[in-house]
Amino acid sequence: MFGYYLDLALRSLRRNKALTALMVVAIALGIGASMTTLTVLHVLSGDPLPDKSGKLFYPQLDPQDMDGYKPQDDPPAQVSWIDGMALLHAKRARYQALMTGGAVPIQPAQSSIDPFFEDARYTSADFFPMFEVPFLYGQGWNAADDEAGARVAVLTRELNDKLFGGKDSTGQTLRMDDVAFRIVGVLDAWRPTPHFYDLNTGSYSSDEGVFVPLTTATDLKFARNGSTDCWGKGSGDNMKIATCTWLQFWVQLDTPADAAAYSEFLLNYSREQKTLGRFQRPANVRLPDLMGWLDYNKVVPSDVHLQAWLAFGFLLVCLVNTVGLMLAKFLRRSGELGVRRALGASRRSLFAQLLVEAGAVGLVGGIGGLLLALLGLWLVRRQPSDYAALAHLDLPMLLATFVSAVVASLLAGLLPAWRACLIPPALQLKSN
Amino acid sequence: MELGPILSTLRRHKIPALLLILEIALTCAIVCNAVFLISQRLERNKMVSGVAEHELVQLQVANIGKPANAKARAQEDLALLRQVPGVTAAALVNQVPFTNSSSNTSIKLDPTQKLPTLNATMYMGESLIGTYGARLVAGRDFNADEYMDFDAMRSDPDLQNKVGSVIITQAMAERLWPGESALGKNIYLGETSVRVIGVMQALIRPSLFMGDDAAQWTMVFPLRMSTASASRYVLRTAPEQRDRVLEGAAKVLRKADPHRIILKKETLDDIRSDFFRNDRAMAGILVGVIVALLAVTALGIVGLASFWVAQRRRTIGVRRALGATRRNILNYFQTENFLLATIGIALGMVLAYGINLFLMLHYELPRLPAVYFPVGAIVLWLIGQAAVLGPALRAAAVPPVVATRSV
Repeated sequence: MFGYYLDLALRSLRRNKALTALMVVAIALGIGASMTTLTVLHVLSGDPLPDKSGKLFYPQLDPQDMDGYKPQDDPPAQVSWIDGMALLHAKRARYQALMTGGAVPIQPAQSSIDPFFEDARYTSADFFPMFEVPFLYGQGWNAADDEAGARVAVLTRELNDKLFGGKDSTGQTLRMDDVAFRIVGVLDAWRPTPHFYDLNTGSYSSDEGVFVPLTTATDLKFARNGSTDCWGKGSGDNMKIATCTWLQFWVQLDTPADAAAYSEFLLNYSREQKTLGRFQRPANVRLPDLMGWLDYNKVVPSDVHLQAWLAFGFLLVCLVNTVGLMLAKFLRRSGELGVRRALGASRRSLFAQLLVEAGAVGLVGGIGGLLLALLGLWLVRRQPSDYAALAHLDLPMLLATFVSAVVASLLAGLLPAWRACLIPPALQLKSN
Repeated sequence: MELGPILSTLRRHKIPALLLILEIALTCAIVCNAVFLISQRLERNKMVSGVAEHELVQLQVANIGKPANAKARAQEDLALLRQVPGVTAAALVNQVPFTNSSSNTSIKLDPTQKLPTLNATMYMGESLIGTYGARLVAGRDFNADEYMDFDAMRSDPDLQNKVGSVIITQAMAERLWPGESALGKNIYLGETSVRVIGVMQALIRPSLFMGDDAAQWTMVFPLRMSTASASRYVLRTAPEQRDRVLEGAAKVLRKADPHRIILKKETLDDIRSDFFRNDRAMAGILVGVIVALLAVTALGIVGLASFWVAQRRRTIGVRRALGATRRNILNYFQTENFLLATIGIALGMVLAYGINLFLMLHYELPRLPAVYFPVGAIVLWLIGQAAVLGPALRAAAVPPVVATRSV
């Protein structure tokens, strides 16, 4: 029967070209706009490390003095050097890494390339295994390198391409800020989205080109990027003793029991520091996991949410419009439908036939919507925001486009089809 | 025009009429809020900076390795930059408006106060106010002997107490001491007190992370920067000379010390335009949505009205045969559309208000000004009338003889 209904549907769609075109355009516009914004939302609110985000945690504690203390305040978003180092050395987690962003002048050995500034990450050794960073050549450094302040560096694939033409550069020397570093590893393509481990340097910024041990970078006084929050005496020349939070600290805790134990450890650490007089506020610790941390920081720009709402409103208008047009179209065919009823077609089969027609409109509208969504995403990529380059349609979103277009048009067809089926057969024949 | 027959006809076509009303209501609600959002973005785009925007350029430099005698380097650079043809003023500053990177601190009015009064940004650099072209409305600029070296102060906390004076903006003064003169009053940075010696009309923060209301909470300190503590050279020149000055200045800086990288050289106009580009992009998207919405609604009205006319050809013919003029028929459909649009608009206003409440709650938007309601109503009435005109004219063209035929 489906084939027959489809044939009827296509005939009917051809008969009223203008009305059909209007419906298709309305659905395509609505679906196109909502899929564009939903894709952006989907990309931006995605999980950067789906395999292990549940095991990564971001410990927070409150080392500030009583100035401006409000009991309901959240602990600072970063840690100070003293606390970061203490937690790092405590090794209470499977992996732990202390880090900050920065920028270093790179002095290429070849005279053909001028010195340039490259974004950098100053971190401790566990960064690489904890975030499962893929390596093309070599590997990361180890904890002993951290302790020694070793002059070692890891490059990204892009920087390695730029400096060494993509060849294995491990063991070679790279000059940064007038200091020679030994390259120990080159990363393979890696860009977690959002840039979860440091939201201060842009939630969706492109990644750092070079990684060096945090101890080395601080010893050499490399330039830092990111935010510094100070209290009391605040910052001076020596960030190691400054009463400022300026480092990000991540841990990997494999089981909920580990996480609970770590929470307890943070609480004890805070209490201990308070007894020692370093901390003054009542212990206030948090241990959000990766997705919880992203959520807390509202990384998805509010404009993107706003655009999604807007697109849904637009889709709603398009659907109401389609309901109206379908109603017009179906009711205009009361004559034909009355004949079919009089010849013995049940209401149910009439209803099915009309819904097939609605579905066909939805499918065509879906194709149009897909094209519009592709166009929309192309426009988004041309926008100036730092997330623009990430706006691409993936397979789930592609399927979602079609499913939502067909579902939307079927929903829009329900009321008109039901109305059209109510026509009593005899009456229609008589009036003709 | 009699409304009676229209209403009784509509009563027999409830669903199409309701759909039309619903569509107009939704469109009205969304368009009102979208236009409001656009006006907000454009308003933001016009934010006052307080500096001579068209006359300023910035060069940001970065040293390789640790600079030796950074203080002398800075003075030498500035002397060379002032000689570049076209440059009327030059300063080495810690921050520049609209660059998103800023240094901020909390302010108290009393050192024993528990919570800070506000958070303000700190501009530093010799002859910064003159170079930026910020206008003083009260008090005076810093005297040459008031300036202290920033590097020395940073390494010696005792010197911090010697920075005795500050110049603040009118907005900040008004916030700290409403209705009073700020001149001669003290503010506290931690335990250190500084006296306000001047008030500027405006000087915007480099970064609006505190929200737009705090955009003008700005202080200028009499501190001399070195190439170790600041990286931005700001030059003032005539608008048409900016590109030439940037080229000349970059050449001079490179020649004075080849061991550094010029990270950026740009005009303040470009920096500003960059800063607000997301707002402009959003406004563009909103314009697109509004146009598409109005188009879809108009086409929907055309479609439904055409259907309606086709359905009522016979009735129209009868009315024509009974003496109704073409104008009567035309007016009938126009009035009908006006009636439906009015109900839709009324509903749309309520909905618009509801959406605005939602936006106020979740996106910190202000209340929708009342002026949007009549404007939105007029636009939708006009669109409704324009859309129904075609089908209505077709209806008016139905000859009376149709009454005698069976459809």
